[in-house]
Amino acid sequence: MNLLEHVGRYSILMYQTFSLPQKWKLFFKQTVKEVEKLGANSLPITFIISLFMGAVMTMQTQMNIENPLLPSYTVGLVTRDTLLLEFCSSILCLILAGKVGSNIASEIGTMRISEQIDAMDIMGVNSANYIILPKITGFVLFIPLLVIWSMFCGLIGGYFISLMTDLITPATYIYGIQYWFIPWYVYYSLIKSVIFAFIIASVSSYYGYYAYGGALDVGKASTNAVVNSSILILMLNVILTKILLS
Amino acid sequence: MIRLEDIHKSFDQNEVLKGISTVFETGKTNLIIGQSGSGKTVLLKCIIGLLEPDSGDILYDNRRFAEMGQKERTNLRSELGMLFQGSALFDSLTVEENVLFPLRMFSELNNKDKVKRARYCLDRVGLKDIYSQFPSEISGGMQKRAAIARAISLNPKYLFCDEPNSGLDPLTSIKIDELIMDITKEYKMTTIINTHDMNSVVTMGEKIIFIYQGDKEWEGCKEDLFYAKNEKLNEFVFASKFFQKNTENAFKE
Repeated sequence: MNLLEHVGRYSILMYQTFSLPQKWKLFFKQTVKEVEKLGANSLPITFIISLFMGAVMTMQTQMNIENPLLPSYTVGLVTRDTLLLEFCSSILCLILAGKVGSNIASEIGTMRISEQIDAMDIMGVNSANYIILPKITGFVLFIPLLVIWSMFCGLIGGYFISLMTDLITPATYIYGIQYWFIPWYVYYSLIKSVIFAFIIASVSSYYGYYAYGGALDVGKASTNAVVNSSILILMLNVILTKILLS
Repeated sequence: MIRLEDIHKSFDQNEVLKGISTVFETGKTNLIIGQSGSGKTVLLKCIIGLLEPDSGDILYDNRRFAEMGQKERTNLRSELGMLFQGSALFDSLTVEENVLFPLRMFSELNNKDKVKRARYCLDRVGLKDIYSQFPSEISGGMQKRAAIARAISLNPKYLFCDEPNSGLDPLTSIKIDELIMDITKEYKMTTIINTHDMNSVVTMGEKIIFIYQGDKEWEGCKEDLFYAKNEKLNEFVFASKFFQKNTENAFKE
């Protein structure tokens, strides 16, 4: 199947998905479930990754600054800006593309091959709308919270390094992370993450929804979902950075 | 009643259905039989609208499916019940929630009555006290029963079953067959069953069509089945030595 066919099928699926829910009550109920499953359940992994990455960033920045003219608070500043600008949006979303994307694609793919989606279609239920819309809505709504949580955990990781090592003093680190703070960087990160969350949820749903065959094919759909979401995130990252930061 | 008029369906160069016409009668268990790969499932999928035939027409009680608008098709779908080969129960929902699902989507009943109706359907198929269990926690036979309960929850006019006995032991298979026959009479439905299980054929075959390589090769009922003069049908029916022997004995008697 060529790229144009994929784009066409994806567009048709999104058209079916973004119609008004047949039952609003069920839609809200499903969305809350998805917020818990895709969003809240990602809090622990976000905590672990962000904490350690924040710690490593602080250490590496300190170890690589050799110029004596650079003030020591630069370590905090660089850690903060790296976290805000790239890690907490792009890198976190790449990691979540693996966790959430494979979860969505395998769940919907299994529903497809076990004829659960066919069962909904026969009943007259808009299966794309019923299954996919709550996933996209739930994940897009929760991602800003994950990003802010990641920023907080990353900065705390750096702070632990300042407490536990003699690379930088806690006071200098705290000064550094507050120095020349640009609030737009937070908004920039949030905007990017919302778009990336949409890409992860919709592309993974697409691969799951059109899965066919057996368990092996669900695995393939899951892999394709993660790979293609990641590629799209990386490509869009360049475009969004150009638009939002220039 | 469902009438098929000259149904054709191809996939690329492969012509799977070669002009099938027949009538499935109301209140009867209508069987589509044939070997694997003969086109039974494609025909069933065309009838329920999961596949669009290349040509030909399907009439649901004289309503032409091809001429229906989107709204009419959606309304028609609420009149259909389907029992899938693998049951197709929703994994994330309990047995009761599965039966409640179509009611929640389409019924105007209040919540209490919906639950009452779902429990009535589950009781009707002999599934008491497993309301809160998940499909993965119950046996294959119970899953089939739950799927039947879900299919009849909205009082459908048409019931479709795709190989309802696959993966079941003979005793459970008979019980499922009897259940399908009973509810067909009880709800006065047009039931179409896709099967290659000869036990089901001799139990339920009030109307049988035999498909061979995409063509309708024979049409009749279970009483005519063993006396038919169709070579391809005989090959299919008497593939089992058990049927050969019993029919020979019946003829001798």
